[in-house]
Amino acid sequence: MTVSAQSAPTPAASATILPFAEPLKGSRDTKPLRLITCGSVDDGKSTLIGRLLWDTKAVKEDQAVTLARDSGGQNDLGLPDFALLLDGLQAEREQGITIDVAYRYFATDRRAFIVADTPGHEQYTRNMATGASTADLAILLADARTGLLEQTRRHATIAALMGIRQFVLAVNKFDLVHYDRAIFDGISQDFRELAMSLGVRQITAIPMSALKGENVVYRADAAMPWYQGPTLVEALELATVRSTQAGGFRLPVQRVVRPGESFRGYQGTVSGGSVKPGDSVVILPSGTVANVKQIVTFDLVRNAAVAGDAITLVLDRQVDVARGDMIVSIDAQPMTGKDFEAQLVSLQPSGIEPGKRYWLKSGSRRQRVSVEPISQLELATGTWLPHASTLQMNAIGKVRLSFEEQAIFDPYDQNRSTGAFILIDPDTLNTVAGGMVTAKRSDLGSIEVRHEGQRVILSLPADLAEQIMASELFANRRDEAEIRHMTAAQAAELFSDAASDI
Amino acid sequence: MPLSVQETEVKNPPVSRPPLDPHLKALENEAIHIFREVAAEFEKPVMLYSVGKDSSVLLHLARKAFHPGRVPFPLLHVDTTWKFKEMIEFRDEIAQKYDLDLVVHTNPRGKAENITPFTHASAFYTDIMKTEALRQALDAGGYDAAFGGARRDEEASRAKERIYSFRTPDHRWDPRNQRPELWNIYNGMIRQGESVRAFPLSNWTEVDIWRYIQAEDIPLVPLYYAAERPYVERDGMMILAEDPRLELKPGEEVQRGMIRFRTLGCFPLTGAIRSTASNLDEVIAELEIATVSERQGRAIDRDQSGSMEKKKREGYF
Repeated sequence: MTVSAQSAPTPAASATILPFAEPLKGSRDTKPLRLITCGSVDDGKSTLIGRLLWDTKAVKEDQAVTLARDSGGQNDLGLPDFALLLDGLQAEREQGITIDVAYRYFATDRRAFIVADTPGHEQYTRNMATGASTADLAILLADARTGLLEQTRRHATIAALMGIRQFVLAVNKFDLVHYDRAIFDGISQDFRELAMSLGVRQITAIPMSALKGENVVYRADAAMPWYQGPTLVEALELATVRSTQAGGFRLPVQRVVRPGESFRGYQGTVSGGSVKPGDSVVILPSGTVANVKQIVTFDLVRNAAVAGDAITLVLDRQVDVARGDMIVSIDAQPMTGKDFEAQLVSLQPSGIEPGKRYWLKSGSRRQRVSVEPISQLELATGTWLPHASTLQMNAIGKVRLSFEEQAIFDPYDQNRSTGAFILIDPDTLNTVAGGMVTAKRSDLGSIEVRHEGQRVILSLPADLAEQIMASELFANRRDEAEIRHMTAAQAAELFSDAASDI
Repeated sequence: MPLSVQETEVKNPPVSRPPLDPHLKALENEAIHIFREVAAEFEKPVMLYSVGKDSSVLLHLARKAFHPGRVPFPLLHVDTTWKFKEMIEFRDEIAQKYDLDLVVHTNPRGKAENITPFTHASAFYTDIMKTEALRQALDAGGYDAAFGGARRDEEASRAKERIYSFRTPDHRWDPRNQRPELWNIYNGMIRQGESVRAFPLSNWTEVDIWRYIQAEDIPLVPLYYAAERPYVERDGMMILAEDPRLELKPGEEVQRGMIRFRTLGCFPLTGAIRSTASNLDEVIAELEIATVSERQGRAIDRDQSGSMEKKKREGYF
């Protein structure tokens, strides 16, 4: 059913649109799924992405003609060289390498997909981190003949670190092992153990041949009658898009809109939770309290907004709010302070230097920070080794962040938006690191706390805690307190962990 | 013109359109976020407005992003003087209707040296009348950020371009040395003279553009809809034959037929397609079964593979 490059009509005067007998793609009831593909040329990554684009008809005939002309031929299945379709830059075509993150788009009748396509060899840590930062799912490729490699572990580790919680293992070139089920079972079991060790529980393994188009878009029942699982596209259609609607309300203020004296609105994208008129909110870092009066959008005044919505918020009183501030729910606030711990990926040849003052941008907030490396991740083994000197390009490090003014974060594992940041070198103005906040440094267990003074951890019923927090004494020293909501069971566990440390 | 909320509500009563589906809503939210971020971080932004369907969507999103305020930057149209007549009429009408600041620039070399798409090769003509003209206009305005409606699905070199695409003081793009772009955190720090091209529609596809136009009821230049129009066939393209400057070559004759355009540029360089899709629903139905890409009708993309990358490096949008 695919149109081979040679039989495709050459663009001509009568560029009549030729209908395929395919159902129309209607309205979509899901957000686009963002995903990343991890693997090398040897694993058949270009072929897999090319196959996805080809079989979902994302490649148009004139592009195929250009492709056929550039490649000067085609492979033995009558298909063009997919790698040429993907390598968009002249340098890549000339040198036969892939040099940066590219984004690909395809859609089925049920969903649209945005693929971050990153090179498998050169500087893959930097490029993978970039592509993975927005992805909800990672496809990891393995060659059926070789199984999992050290490279697979590296890719899976980076994907998990960047917050991806859904993995698809594509066991590719399965035709070359004669569709042997035992081989598939072995590789997928190894992978399951690897993924679980990284905290990833949503795992799908699929035997396929990207070159032949088996189990990518179309099923391969004849070749693999024993395989009952989804095709790759079916697995992607069923994947979930992470939502941060469950947590507290977060609105990083991008700009203040004042079209007239009587109107003052705070514009931004909701980065967590939800909001409705009447809600009590706190403006950080000032701590000023106000209530939500209105949610204004172009179309109508809305009665609620949720994470992801770009809105204009109007408060019930005159308060001082500027770009970089964050409007948050009063009963589930983020961490504020000057000292945080984070993980980061070093992206530039200059590395990340200990003690250097960088610009840090998170949400709409940009401020000065100095960075002290603590340890570095050894990707081959997945272990953290002490490391206090410069973090070289592609290194993944744990660091301490020291701010000159109050900073506002959520832990990245709770909110991928308010927990993420980039570092900008003040000399080159280039983006030199991507980072994920793990905790505030005065938190339980950090060594500094014991130098600074005694802390008391209380576990209280939520209603009692709320009364204490509502007191003036508490409100005045809010900065010094850490609050976590949790179940009684979690609290019990925390206390038993703390006891074992002592 | 300052507006109070009350006035705004009267002027724009809640419309009874059904809410956007989650897919389009996500794309719209992302675009609005980018608009607001650029407007907040740069001193003098401008929006490239080409009058086409992508520009129409871009403008609609800008109006949404800054509501109830006014769009806080001008629109820039690089007019080669060879655009379709209907595009120019539509442009002026929209600018007036939405109270927009419109800047129109034409490269004076066009007239001085008589550079036309008929007398010069399309690559040279495009370089002077579009790329050079754009650089002139950006320099003259001192703009440090320029919004464009480019999409990553349009062309292979665009697939690798960032949402904030950094330019040197002479407007050059270095595809091998782009700033990494993680999450939705954009690095807007630049030096004097440097600038950024910002692409809020990066993640949209052609189908998304059309479905959004439908869902939001966005007005378009009528050339996108099929009608019986005069045309001549030349170099494998159907060229609209209504501008008196189009001279017929030996053997050519003006024909009439139901045609429409999938993209709009300079009329001598933009090929029509045969179509009976005379309204939005029909255009979308046609598009969803299309087997050729929209840029197929653009002569400038076909010069050579990598021609778009080359133009972009030199400052083309």
